[in-house]
Amino acid sequence: MARQLLGNSKALSGLCLLAVFALLALFAPVLAPGDPSLINSAGSQAPSGEHWFGTTTKGQDVLALTLWGARSSMLVGFTVGLVATGIAMLVGLASAYFGRLVDDALTLVTNVFLLLPGLPLLIILAAFLPPGTSTVVLVLVITGWAGSARVLRAQAKSIRGKDFVAAAVVTGERPLRIMFREILPNMASVVMTTLLGCVVFGITSQAALEFLGLGDSSVVSWGTNLYWASTDGALMTGTWWVFVPSGLSIALVAFALALVNYAVDEITNPRLRVRSAKRRSAERKG
Amino acid sequence: MRLILRNLGFYLLAFWVSITLNFLLPRFMPGDPVSRMFARTQGGMQPEQLAQLEKLFGLDDRPLWEQYVTYVKSVFTGDLGISITRFPTPVSEVIGSQLGWTLLLGATALVVAAVVGNLLGIVAAWRRGGVFDSVFPPLLVFVGSFPYFWLAMGALYLFGVTLGWFPLRHAYDAGLTPGFNAEFLASAATHLVLPALTVVAVTVGSWMLGMRNTMIATAAEDYITMAQAKGLSPSRIMFRYAARNALLPSVTNFGIGLGFVVGGALLTEVVFAYPGIGFQLLAAVQGLDYPLMQGIFLTITATVLLANFLVDILYVRLDPRVRVR
Repeated sequence: MARQLLGNSKALSGLCLLAVFALLALFAPVLAPGDPSLINSAGSQAPSGEHWFGTTTKGQDVLALTLWGARSSMLVGFTVGLVATGIAMLVGLASAYFGRLVDDALTLVTNVFLLLPGLPLLIILAAFLPPGTSTVVLVLVITGWAGSARVLRAQAKSIRGKDFVAAAVVTGERPLRIMFREILPNMASVVMTTLLGCVVFGITSQAALEFLGLGDSSVVSWGTNLYWASTDGALMTGTWWVFVPSGLSIALVAFALALVNYAVDEITNPRLRVRSAKRRSAERKG
Repeated sequence: MRLILRNLGFYLLAFWVSITLNFLLPRFMPGDPVSRMFARTQGGMQPEQLAQLEKLFGLDDRPLWEQYVTYVKSVFTGDLGISITRFPTPVSEVIGSQLGWTLLLGATALVVAAVVGNLLGIVAAWRRGGVFDSVFPPLLVFVGSFPYFWLAMGALYLFGVTLGWFPLRHAYDAGLTPGFNAEFLASAATHLVLPALTVVAVTVGSWMLGMRNTMIATAAEDYITMAQAKGLSPSRIMFRYAARNALLPSVTNFGIGLGFVVGGALLTEVVFAYPGIGFQLLAAVQGLDYPLMQGIFLTITATVLLANFLVDILYVRLDPRVRVR
């Protein structure tokens, strides 16, 4: 699997892009030392040798804000992704293994969460809970797990019906062992794609929440950068360099994750792969 | 018929969950919004506003279940309380005056994205592995990776501020009064273009990919081979045979897509100061207007559930297999 991923050009470019952003986030304190939200120069300056990405309306360095923003955004995104996928995995496995009443109940809960419109639910939860990064993570997990749970349940259910699982049940293996050692390893690729999807959801939704002013506006993240750009009127004064870097970073990370996702899909689902040149030429002749 | 009834019950359950959530949130949350709101207004609240707040946060002495019954009753009679930022207008009135714009924006974006996305998907699947198929899907996935609101900001900056092609904010020119005359409709249409286009740009990719993948599966069916063997024209096979059958999952996606479009429309409205309920929701959040927030949440939920139900009915009409089962 890992070798196949590295051999796939889509996956490779996605992984490289992710690694770059992870490194930038990790080394932000080295690359841009000091408090990034410190006001240290004249406001609304275009990109120059001194400030590579220009300065905000207030006079903060945009490059420093973008680098430091990567820390919070990536951290929240991956935390949300891991926790939401974890919940979805438990729900999916329990549904598939126990079936019947457990399955019905869990499926009902999942479907209700899927139907409730995500962003309004996010907004109302975030508005009522005390503001802060942990609230953002909690709220995103609450709204984000259901979609993955449905996918994972379907996959786990099809594996549950296989003979080797029946054999494991008959030999008297414990439920937890069957769920995690028999079923789970056989759906690793689906877990992987849902995880990537959840991370994308986490990063973009965190940005959306913070853009609406519902996050913790004292933390520097890509979302809060955009929030300040918008409230300080960067759009109307034409200072594009204030809002372009953060938004582009979100998009690039999401795109990188989507590329890896696409590649995992292609590797595990041969029907989506581009047909081989041999078959295509045979068809052309016929 | 049984399917429709079952789903109807399910939608009612989802709606009940959102009502209950609305009821419980202000009563069991860890923070203290009442004092936050007091600090905001600095004690300058009307007695009616206070009473409204006490009702909302369950500060009256009645037992919880009694409050709950009253709450559910008031929701179903359309009484969503009184807005605090726009006191003393009732919440339902505030929402009613703005829902139309959101529906206009959402419906336009949804229909355009679905039609364009499905057509692109059909073409991509038919010319599989061709230039079109290898350029468009990654490109649209890339565009789809952008946060809605950021794309909206970019579009506003590029086409509004810099090029001046489209108006910057609001849904119609300031001097006009809403009505069915040519001038007003033209103004509303030009104000709609940019917000709708940004939502379309972000959502069209998933429509295209979905359609492409089902088309590929459908194209492998025997009846396609049969149609080819009969010597039917490629375009006839493509649209009348393959696409028609591949369209069914897209109909289901229409209901699910609506939730995304609502979310996208909310953020887009904020960027363009488009006077829909998304823009109002932000104002409610900033003004700590909890009754209005809850009212908007319920309205959006009800709309999404209703749309899903309509899609179900449509699906049963379209797919005879569902009717037989």
